[in-house]
Amino acid sequence: MPDATGLELLAAELGDAALETVYFRNRATLVVEASRIRAVLATLRTKGYTFLASVHGVDHYPEEPRLSVIYELLDMSRVDRITVKLRVPVDEPTVPSVTADAPDGSGWPTADHQEREIYDMFGVVFEGHPDLRRILMPEDYEGHPQRRDFPLGGEPVLFTRDEAKWLESRE
Amino acid sequence: MEVKREPLGPAGQGSPNAPLADGPLRVQRLNAEQLLRGGEIEGRNQSAHLKGTELEQYVQERVLTTTLDSAVAWARSNSFFPLAFGLACCAMETFQTAGPRMDIARFGFEAFRASPRQADLIILAGRVSIKMAPIIRRLYDQMLEPKWAISMGACCSSMGVFNNYALVPSDKFMPIDVHVPGCPPRPEALMHGVLKLRKLVQDDPDMGWRERYEAVGTEESP
Repeated sequence: MPDATGLELLAAELGDAALETVYFRNRATLVVEASRIRAVLATLRTKGYTFLASVHGVDHYPEEPRLSVIYELLDMSRVDRITVKLRVPVDEPTVPSVTADAPDGSGWPTADHQEREIYDMFGVVFEGHPDLRRILMPEDYEGHPQRRDFPLGGEPVLFTRDEAKWLESRE
Repeated sequence: MEVKREPLGPAGQGSPNAPLADGPLRVQRLNAEQLLRGGEIEGRNQSAHLKGTELEQYVQERVLTTTLDSAVAWARSNSFFPLAFGLACCAMETFQTAGPRMDIARFGFEAFRASPRQADLIILAGRVSIKMAPIIRRLYDQMLEPKWAISMGACCSSMGVFNNYALVPSDKFMPIDVHVPGCPPRPEALMHGVLKLRKLVQDDPDMGWRERYEAVGTEESP
């Protein structure tokens, strides 16, 4: 972990791309501007955070902006982790993709399937992703089921003890 | 001391001590043929003397008659070829059912087939996701008639603890013959379901569920 001071130094280096720093229970978190995530991750890579351990999404309903994407980075030589968060509104959920490789080597190929999963479950659109399709749900599925305003779905289960009630309701 | 070697082979060849062509073996064969024709051999075939109702009773006591359908059903019900098909944790219990303690081979179910073309029973062991449902339907369609399906576990029948957007109950897309409840069902429970199916195939293709679910007339092959 970078300590609280180290986190502030990182944030200062990122300039106005870093919106907020959170240091809580020895976890360092950077909240950054969504449109500049590629540059932020590229800068962190030069600081030693060369391993993108996980990309995941969260729905903060009913807070606004609702959707957030979280990048977990790991420095394998110092065993040092940092979390990068960004928030996007549900009306315009676009985030630059970090998957595609660039001439300066700023791509993270491991993010490919994880970004597809976030797109599938939360509907965050990753601009510049090489192959943004659904990955878990069927391709013709409508909606993004992990959003918190998505109906839970499922089937009403008929137990024998409710059978009479059920038959009444059908008449 | 001189060792005398006798060549093995059909009797009567190459050895002076072997029975000749009209020896005991040939006599036995002729006797057997005569028995089949209804003749009497040294008092062993009494039916040769029987007439009328006595003969009829004699035949009824010794010959088992059945219909071709029930004979075929009996053979089928004792030689299911299940499809080797596991979806989730219930598959572990399926393996255990095939294992030595339950020993599904006692009923002739042990030949798990890797191809739906060779199988006539599909055990849906686990939860069925919406994405998997068309694949299962296709497997079921590829199986040759007559075919049966067992829905194993709570998820497959009623979606169980995963009653949400991702799953679909198996009745929605294919006909199920036997539901085995449990989460997961113990091997004994699956065994019970399999024996229910065996009984269903042998003598009771209906089991009364069509009346209960108001589905009379929906049989695929009446």
